[in-house]
Amino acid sequence: MSLRIVSSCVNCWACQPVCPSDAILQAPKHFVINDRKSTECEGSYDVPQCASICPIEGAITNAAGEAMNPPGSLTGIPPEMVAAAQAEIRAR
Amino acid sequence: MELTVLDSTDTQASGCSSSGCGSTDDQLAHLPDEIRDKVYNHPCYSEQAHHYFARMHVAVAPACNIQCHYCNRKYDCSNESRPGVVSELLTPDQAVKKTLAVAANIPQMTVLGIAGPGDPLANPERTFATFRMLSEQAPDIKLCVSTNGLALPESVDELAKHNIDHVTITINAVDPDVGAKIYPWIFWENKRIKGREAAAILIEQQQKGLQMLTERGILVKVNSVMIPGVNDEHLKEVSRIVKSKGAFLHNVMPLISEAEHGTFFGLMGQRGPEPEELQNLQDACAGDMNMMRHCRQCRADAVGLLGEDRGEEFTLDKIEAMEIDYEAAMVRRAEVHRSIEAELNQHAQAKPAAPTDIDPDARPVLMAIASQGGGVINQHFGHAHEFLIYEASPAGVRFISHRKTDNYCEGGDTCGDGESVLSRTIGTLSGCEAVLCSKIGYEPWDMLEAAGIKPNGEHAMERIEDAVAAVYREMWEAGALSAVDEQLVVA
Repeated sequence: MSLRIVSSCVNCWACQPVCPSDAILQAPKHFVINDRKSTECEGSYDVPQCASICPIEGAITNAAGEAMNPPGSLTGIPPEMVAAAQAEIRAR
Repeated sequence: MELTVLDSTDTQASGCSSSGCGSTDDQLAHLPDEIRDKVYNHPCYSEQAHHYFARMHVAVAPACNIQCHYCNRKYDCSNESRPGVVSELLTPDQAVKKTLAVAANIPQMTVLGIAGPGDPLANPERTFATFRMLSEQAPDIKLCVSTNGLALPESVDELAKHNIDHVTITINAVDPDVGAKIYPWIFWENKRIKGREAAAILIEQQQKGLQMLTERGILVKVNSVMIPGVNDEHLKEVSRIVKSKGAFLHNVMPLISEAEHGTFFGLMGQRGPEPEELQNLQDACAGDMNMMRHCRQCRADAVGLLGEDRGEEFTLDKIEAMEIDYEAAMVRRAEVHRSIEAELNQHAQAKPAAPTDIDPDARPVLMAIASQGGGVINQHFGHAHEFLIYEASPAGVRFISHRKTDNYCEGGDTCGDGESVLSRTIGTLSGCEAVLCSKIGYEPWDMLEAAGIKPNGEHAMERIEDAVAAVYREMWEAGALSAVDEQLVVA
C-alpha cells in the first residue's frame, strides 16, 4: 500500500493535473490514487506531487498510514499554538 | 456654482470613448483610444456599462497552485455568492455550450470570463481549450481571465494568441513580509514552498506578468483584498506600483471572512473591513490610481448583470435541452448592443444636474439608493438586495460603493422575521443620511427616521445623480449642511 487519499479530501482537483503518472482519478466520494499507476513520483520528482500541492492537512497518507501533511504543517501554525495565533489575529 | 456629476462625461460623442464609457471617461482618460474601445461595454470595468451589459463566468478551472488564507477550497455551494464558489464544474465543451446558450438568451452579455474556482492558469489546458473554441465560435464575445499571477509569465504568449485582451491579477501585497501573512504556501517548480520565500516568488511572478501583459497591450486590472491589520495601509503602495507598471484599474475589495465559510481567516477570527474603512482606503488609493467601486465579488459561475445571478436558468440539464442558432443570435446581439450604445450616448449627453450656489465648505452627505439598474431610482425599499451609496458634496455627486443587505419584504406570508432583518438592513446603511427609493412602507419609514436616515420616495424613476443632487440642494437650503457636524466627521 503506497500513497492514499482519505475521506478528508475536499475534491479541490489540485493534485490531479500535477500527477506525472496520471494516477489520480475522480471517484464517487473523493479523489483516489490508482496504486498500479502511482510511482510516488520516484524518478520524476524529489517529492510526491499530490502531497506537495494538497491544501488539506491529513488528506494524503503514506504507506505507514501517516499524514504526508500533518496538522499545522500547511497553515504554518502548530496545533498547540493555534489559540495564541487566534488571539493575535482577532486583535487586528 | 455648478453641481456636477464627478467622473461623468460631457464630452462630444465620438465613437465609444465618449459614449459607452459614460462615467468611466475620467477613469480611462489616460488610455489610448484603442484600449478604451476594449472596455466601454465591459460591465466589470465600467461603472456605466454595468447597468446595461452582462457578463458570465464559466467554472472550468478547479485546481489551484497557491493557498490564500481567505479561501476555502471546498467550493461546491449553491447558496453563497462570493468568489471561488460554484455549484457545477464544467468541461471546456460544456462551458462553450453554456456560453453560446447564455449569449443567445441574454443578448446584452458581452464578456465571458474564467475565474476559477481555482486558478485558470494552473489549469491551462482546460482554460485555453475553452478560449480557443469560443474565439472561433463566438467572435463577438470578449474573453477575459482572472489569476493569482503565479503561472502568469509562462502563460502570456498563449493568452495573447487567443486574443484575450483583459486580464485581472489579484495582488494583495508587494512586500513579502506582508504577503507571508496572506499566503501560507505556493506550489512552485514541483515543490511546496512556504512562508516569506513563497510570498516573494509569488510577488515577483505577479509583477513580471503585469509588465509582460501591458507591454503587449493587454489590459490589466488589479484586484486587492483589504485585510484590516494585515495589508490595509500597504495597499496604497500596491496601488501606486501597479499603476506605474501600467495597470489601468485597481479594485480594492473587502475581505469576506465569516466563520461559516471555513476559511483560515474566518476560523481564526480575522475581521473584514467596515464599509467606511473600505471607502477611506479606496479614496486614499484614488489619488494615484483609477479605482473600481462597483465590484460585486461575484461567484465563479455568475451569469447576467452585475448584482443579479441568472445561473439557475442555465444549468447543464437546461442547456442540454436548448437548441442554439448562434449565427442568428449574433445578428440579434449586434442589434441589442447598438441600441444600448445609443442609449448610453444619450445618457452621456444629458445635463447631469442643476446649478446651485452651495457653499464650498458645506459638508458631504452619503445617500443610499434602491435601484435595479439602469441608473435610475426604481426599487421598493423592502425589495432591495443591495443599496448603491452615493456621496453628494459641493464638488458634485459621485458613486461610492454598494452595500449588500438581506431584503426583508418578500410580500405575502413570508414576512415572519421581517423586523429583525429590517434592523439589520438599517444597520448596513450606517453613515447615510437619506435613502432614496421608489416606494417605502410606514414601518421602515419610522425605523429609518429613528435611526437618523431620511427616507425619500419622491424621486422614483429619476436619474440617480440628479435626484441625489436635488436632495443635497434641499438639505443645503434647509440649513442642514452649513456647519460641519463633529459626530459625522468622526464617523
